[in-house]
Amino acid sequence: MKRMKGGEEGSDDSSCESPAEVCKKVRKQLSDDSEPEVAESLDCNWARLPQELLLHIFQYLPLLDRAYASQVCRGWNQAFHMPELWRCFEFELNQPASSYLKATHPDLIKQIIKRHSNHLQYVSFKVDSSTESAEAACDILSQLVNCSLKTLGLISTARPSFMEVPKSHFISALTVVFVNSKSLSSLKIDDTPVDDPSLKVLVANNSDTLKLLKMSSCPHVSPAGILCVADQCHGLRELALNYHLLSDELLLALSSEKHVHLEHLRIDVVSENPGQHFHTIKKSSWDAMMRHSPKFNLVMYFFLYEDEFGPFFNEEIPVTHLYFGRSVSKEVLGRVGLHCPRLVELVVCANGLRPLDEELIRIAKHCTQLSAIGLGECEVSCSAFVEFVKMCGRRLSQLSIMEEVLIPDHKYSLDEIHWEVSKHLGRVWFPDMMPTW
Amino acid sequence: MALNSIHWFRKGLRLHDNPALREAVQGAATVRCVYFLDPWFAGSSNVGVNRWRFLLQCLEDLDASLRKLNSRLFVIRGQPANVFPRLFKEWKISRLTFEYDSEPFGKERDAAIKKLAMEAGVEVIVKISHTLYDLDKIIELNGGQPPLTYKRFQTLISRLDPPEMPVEMLTDTLMGRCVTPVSEDHGDKYGVPSLEELGFDTEGLPSAVWPGGETEALTRIERHLERKAWVANFERPRMNANSLLASPTGLSPYLRFGCLSCRLFYFKLTDLYRKVKKNSSPPLSLYGQLLWREFFYTAATNNPRFDKMEGNPICVRIPWDKNPEALAKWAEAKTGFPWIDAIMTQLRQEGWIHHLARHAVACFLTRGDLWISWEEGMKVFEELLLDADWSVNAGSWMWLSCSSFFQQFFHCYCPVGFGRRTDPNGDFIRRYLPVLRGFPAKFIYDPWNAPESVQAAAKCIIGVHYPKPMVHHAEASRLNIERMKQIYQQLSRYRGLGVFFSSKQEVLCDGITCSSLMSVTCSSSVQFYLYNSPLKLLYIQRFGDSGEEKPQSGKRVREGRLSERAVGLVEEDKGPRHEHNQRWCLSRV
Repeated sequence: MKRMKGGEEGSDDSSCESPAEVCKKVRKQLSDDSEPEVAESLDCNWARLPQELLLHIFQYLPLLDRAYASQVCRGWNQAFHMPELWRCFEFELNQPASSYLKATHPDLIKQIIKRHSNHLQYVSFKVDSSTESAEAACDILSQLVNCSLKTLGLISTARPSFMEVPKSHFISALTVVFVNSKSLSSLKIDDTPVDDPSLKVLVANNSDTLKLLKMSSCPHVSPAGILCVADQCHGLRELALNYHLLSDELLLALSSEKHVHLEHLRIDVVSENPGQHFHTIKKSSWDAMMRHSPKFNLVMYFFLYEDEFGPFFNEEIPVTHLYFGRSVSKEVLGRVGLHCPRLVELVVCANGLRPLDEELIRIAKHCTQLSAIGLGECEVSCSAFVEFVKMCGRRLSQLSIMEEVLIPDHKYSLDEIHWEVSKHLGRVWFPDMMPTW
Repeated sequence: MALNSIHWFRKGLRLHDNPALREAVQGAATVRCVYFLDPWFAGSSNVGVNRWRFLLQCLEDLDASLRKLNSRLFVIRGQPANVFPRLFKEWKISRLTFEYDSEPFGKERDAAIKKLAMEAGVEVIVKISHTLYDLDKIIELNGGQPPLTYKRFQTLISRLDPPEMPVEMLTDTLMGRCVTPVSEDHGDKYGVPSLEELGFDTEGLPSAVWPGGETEALTRIERHLERKAWVANFERPRMNANSLLASPTGLSPYLRFGCLSCRLFYFKLTDLYRKVKKNSSPPLSLYGQLLWREFFYTAATNNPRFDKMEGNPICVRIPWDKNPEALAKWAEAKTGFPWIDAIMTQLRQEGWIHHLARHAVACFLTRGDLWISWEEGMKVFEELLLDADWSVNAGSWMWLSCSSFFQQFFHCYCPVGFGRRTDPNGDFIRRYLPVLRGFPAKFIYDPWNAPESVQAAAKCIIGVHYPKPMVHHAEASRLNIERMKQIYQQLSRYRGLGVFFSSKQEVLCDGITCSSLMSVTCSSSVQFYLYNSPLKLLYIQRFGDSGEEKPQSGKRVREGRLSERAVGLVEEDKGPRHEHNQRWCLSRV
């Protein structure tokens, strides 16, 4: 993950020298200046601090401190407004009634829109659970008419409040960005009312540059809408969406010759009502994906009732990361062991009443890439657990299980299991503990 | 001149293993045992009626035990700082004794009283007996910082000498010639007040499931040990439907009020283990319950903001939702999830719930479903839970909401499945939510899924007689797990579970901004967190798993300068980003 805050952006900016180099330069300038008072006058004349050094320092300061510093003198005030410091910005929109966190000051927002909107490139909005905040975010977006964004993230920090904003308001704000930003590369709009027509606008203006699109739980987008994106945006490398948008056509579009290799596909499988029916994806479509992008990550989050797993894991699927957020049956985990040869990471939050012993062994046997596993409320007998770890060995870089679900048996007690597992992992390992209180 | 003592009871409401009380009678001519109660404060405080009743029963029991020694308890109406100077004069006091209180506000209060006593020429004797160890020693052994993982804590403990033996119970012999002057009107002036006097309406109040007092505590510990001896198995008992109910061997409220000495419990457990297991030395896990308590006391003792998110250096700032309506539904057992509501009903009625039940309701309120701040939940527990202690309550809430200490944030307890696995028949639900009594086991955990005919037969229509579920759990947990992930991703380059499913090229700012320095601990396996705050520093922490003093790899970069408790350790395995951070770290120091 590349962070967009403060100084770290500098690392990919070639004009930005390392602090050591800058210091050297400044020292050199100082020694060139042979007048003896120089050192002294520098001590008391901070205004003479070179802009590049100042910029470097400012990049480490949070906004508020930069704002205070900008009141010191004219030079620092100019430094405060340097475009480099305004490339990325995170708008925090919170209401006192719904959040404990502070919000970006409205005056600052006004100033950014007035003076710096053309500098903004990496923008995110963090919005609390109130509709006002989400609307405020839309208002700001609609005013960013002279900016050209590279990344935009709309992040609901508590509840999905963008869903509460009138759809037309949201769409018109978003299309302002799409139309004006001709080189948008990353877009994160999970849990928003984005729809097919607005995606068309996105495609029309940014099809050459779009690399990342995250739109989990966007109910107004249809399979045809996302297909249009996949057809046109050949540079798309990362995509996140819900299962109902996933289709054979989409996978084929993503594996067309014109398309770059996909790196990351995240699918959320969420059930609205118990007993919901889910469509299946053909093995041939996954095969096409694999041929085109042999290294891609397929990340799947399941939030289903136990009896809804019917359509899943009956055939081989190239899934690499699996998360089961609700209880999942032994049978389904057995199928996972058979049909997920690329599995790298697995989280099972809960399963039924019987221990997961054989299923884990099968997963260890067939999923030869598995390197991380997390088990929540899943009972496992100690000896099966040790066997599992032994089979996986040191490739298990992450192993997390709660102590209370490990069932001691004739072979191992709870105290022994820590030694036994540590031995096979080649490092010290303990089960997770919860406070007894 | 005769020596007159006051022993000041706060916690430690017992005559056994009470070293400060022994000091009070030692060589004294008179001793008076006092307890301060502010009746004005009682009615308006946010402590519930069950907790007050427990406390009053403890005081009555103390008074009864003191009577057997020809003494009495003096319950003083008022605030210690206002009343002590008068008592010192009136009773010609030359010695004041009390048990050491490790909590920040207790320490502050005690310092003020010590000063008053000094001014009045009164000698003050303070003894540690609420915890097994001198917490400052643990912190000292850990290089001046409280340990932030339980494993680390255990390692430190195993290097300390065993706790001190409990001291002898106060008896006639120990009292010797020491007497308590009791006036005629003692009952009026210093008697233990009733709940009514404190302004509680006791009409229809059911009798206490957990009766307070030292006498009860001593009966319970015998029963507790008998049961353990009988089971002869010292492993953690497996959870079942029965463990959810209040047990006559439960001890936690008694430890909280100090009706039971933790050291007495500790040594009785040790003796029993040696007797049953023949000479083998007991494992630390034998003392689990006591050590968890000790762990949280240690973490909190120097942190006055331990019960807050803001300004608390060990608490992750999470953008919790403020939602008073949802909070009220949770607190009043109206969530529409029978498992959650039954637990909250039990808590309100009886003042105690099983620790896994605590995990269930805490997870539901915070990271699991409602996304409401743990501080709100902590306040409700403070009101209702008999064993809620400032340190242990706040620490556990931070733990359960993944705000500190914790590593397994990918897993949330399911408000339907967790209960069903524990008590498949649903008897616990029927006991505390009689309205759902008619539902068959199949639907009792999710009655909204029952067909109308089943609801009609159960004489309980969901949405009419019992609320519909207040959240869609699958949807809520999807959102919340994503949120947690954002937060931990931003906090760390925590490999493994934290980046489970993270995108390789995440180029957007995710998660929250940490505008104050944070420090969360690494967990048992080789995970490390990288903390950052825009201003102060980027900071990597890593402890060796086996918990040795120095980390297995990495070197010390700086010791707490920017924050009071941060010891920065830099990972050896560092990419260019780390180099950058390290430089930043160093340049800031």
